[in-house]
Amino acid sequence: MSDPILVKDRPLSLQKQFRFQWEPAQESYVLLYPEGLIKLPGSSGEIMKLIDGSKSVDEIIAYLEEQFPGVDLKNDVLDFLEHAYGKNWICTND
Amino acid sequence: MEKIGSVPTIKPKGPLWVNAEITYKCPLHCVFCYNPLDYASTFKSELSTDDWLKVFRQSRDLGAVQLGISGGEPLMRDDVEIMVSEASQMGYYVNLLTSGIGLTEKRISAFKEGGLGQIQLSFQDSTKELNDFLSSTKTFELKSKVAKLIKEHDYPMVLNVVLHRLNIDHMDQILEMAEAMGADHVELANSQYYAWALKNRSYLMPSEEQLRKAEETTNRFREKIGNKMKLYFIVPDYYANRPKACMNGWGSVFLNVAPDGLALPCHEARMLPGLTFPNVRDHDMEWIWNESPAFNAYRGESWMKEPCRSCDDRTKDFGGCRCQAFQLTGDATNTDPVCDKSEHHHVITEQVELAQKPQPPAADIKPIIFYRDDKNSKALIAENS
Repeated sequence: MSDPILVKDRPLSLQKQFRFQWEPAQESYVLLYPEGLIKLPGSSGEIMKLIDGSKSVDEIIAYLEEQFPGVDLKNDVLDFLEHAYGKNWICTND
Repeated sequence: MEKIGSVPTIKPKGPLWVNAEITYKCPLHCVFCYNPLDYASTFKSELSTDDWLKVFRQSRDLGAVQLGISGGEPLMRDDVEIMVSEASQMGYYVNLLTSGIGLTEKRISAFKEGGLGQIQLSFQDSTKELNDFLSSTKTFELKSKVAKLIKEHDYPMVLNVVLHRLNIDHMDQILEMAEAMGADHVELANSQYYAWALKNRSYLMPSEEQLRKAEETTNRFREKIGNKMKLYFIVPDYYANRPKACMNGWGSVFLNVAPDGLALPCHEARMLPGLTFPNVRDHDMEWIWNESPAFNAYRGESWMKEPCRSCDDRTKDFGGCRCQAFQLTGDATNTDPVCDKSEHHHVITEQVELAQKPQPPAADIKPIIFYRDDKNSKALIAENS
């Protein structure tokens, strides 16, 4: 089982049952899992794209802050990652 | 920030879910099978590998993301490996629905490598299997071996158990068996009464008392094992008073392709009269989904009659199941008689009443029950021709 609280300095991965991809028909990134689809529009898809098994929460935030200087996005990113973690879409690697 | 994890609200242009019934051949003879009674008529006209890949590609272009590979027993075909890897490369989440018979180390390795997303292992003829399990004979060993293979290849163990009158009293043993197999998800679904299961309905429908006990057992088991194994218990829709939202609406998200290439809005639609279902050999998927008269027949609400037409629930349950309406009332545009607003609801309640009466023991039913096999299917085809 995952930790109840998202640890911020460990690399994040997609849970193994999920598949993440761009869907032209939905004009959105989506998460696919057995018999289901979760649409991740806009920034949520862009954040999810950065989850590659090597970057931690802190590193994802740092990366995005570098991409969008001057934009206060830390809380939104954290909210989304905690949501994704709580929903068991993503996990931390040991 | 936009709403996250939202369900798509715009009506999709194409299907989201494609189910490929690649063959109706099957080594099993389950009395609750929902394959068409005349399934044997498809044996000589099964689609080729290339036909299937064309169906997958064209449906994917329409926006389909989930692919089910089922049957019959899909592993009766030797080209499942190609289908899995090609479909996965196209961007599908690929699900294999199998009895496990024919699933070898070699095949599952190829599926894994090809990108298969999930395997759903079904219980076959549960009465026989249960007996086998209780006496620790061959079938249980085979299932355990397959379950082990599935786990070794890092798939969750998803078990589909079809419940019915003859096995539902053994819920304890069924759940123990699932636990012994290391199941992660167990769907305990009562058989739905279509095709072979409709033929055998009076032998298959459990009594209210049986259902109650089975659900209690399931709840007790759930408390005992916690999160380790997720259990889903599904009662027959005959015990409800509102119909199921069948297929989430006709031609809404689901597209079934039968072994002979017939494109259908659900597994059972082949039985409906007055509709000509298109064949993937003759038409492309775009035309089939968007233009064909059959896929438009019960799409939306314009086909509805009363009481559906003015009912607030019509946007939730879409009037229920067209096939059930036809089967039980003779008209597919009627309200699904499971609904207690239907003037035909008595056909459901009469059947439910019948199910409360005692029945002969399983041993006496065995010789008279209608088995899904090629001989019976061919006899039914001859009868109707």
